[in-house]
Amino acid sequence: MSKNKVISLIIRQAPYGSSRAKATLDMALSAAVFEQSVQLIFMDDGVFQLLAKQDPAAIGAKNTSAALTALPLYGIETVYVASESLQQRGLAAEDLSISARVSGWQEISALLHRSDTVISL
Amino acid sequence: MKISVVIYAAPADQQANASALHFCRAALAAGHQIYRLFFYEQGVNTANELSVFPQDESHLSQQWQTLIKENKLDAVVCVASALKRGILNAEEARRYEKSAKTLASGFEISGLGQWVDACIHSDRVVSFGS
Repeated sequence: MSKNKVISLIIRQAPYGSSRAKATLDMALSAAVFEQSVQLIFMDDGVFQLLAKQDPAAIGAKNTSAALTALPLYGIETVYVASESLQQRGLAAEDLSISARVSGWQEISALLHRSDTVISL
Repeated sequence: MKISVVIYAAPADQQANASALHFCRAALAAGHQIYRLFFYEQGVNTANELSVFPQDESHLSQQWQTLIKENKLDAVVCVASALKRGILNAEEARRYEKSAKTLASGFEISGLGQWVDACIHSDRVVSFGS
């Protein structure tokens, strides 16, 4: 594995409603381990994955947000979050557990435009 | 064109699984090369050898197997997704002391690295299911 590709993962699903949050994160980390450029983009209900102070123990689920803090270790430096999705849900950047770049649709569209592969889960 | 296909949808639950199969057939018929099939999440159920479909419904798992065999396709099932859903090859069944292997022939169990490799070496990566 050598060739560096830009792989964008669009994350739309809330955590804990399904296995998708973990599945997408696993994809992101795998791509990063194999030294691809990963762009993680949270939008729609996916922005809930970034919320701080999650405690899913009561429903017997694993805290998926814990893994997000490890992203820089894997070389995923910038995480993008759709500003409109945050606004629609009454959330702001300071509610999030990691520092994410709050982006408008224009910026997100540019991110996707420069991607070799886009995965939307 | 070199195309890889990622399948998230389970054969008995979502039309997307059948759509992926039809897409692969069409792509091959149009002269494209399928670099790899990657079954992830519920999509791994496609590789369950034990699934039984009613006679008047199309047996998707069998159709995938035929497509894979006839075109010598590389069909990879994600190990993490597969183990959780009881899709085991003989080696995994022994390792976890389970009573049966359930992986259908034509599929192999491997990791997400195979998906990354597919992204690197394909002109297009098309996914089915959500």
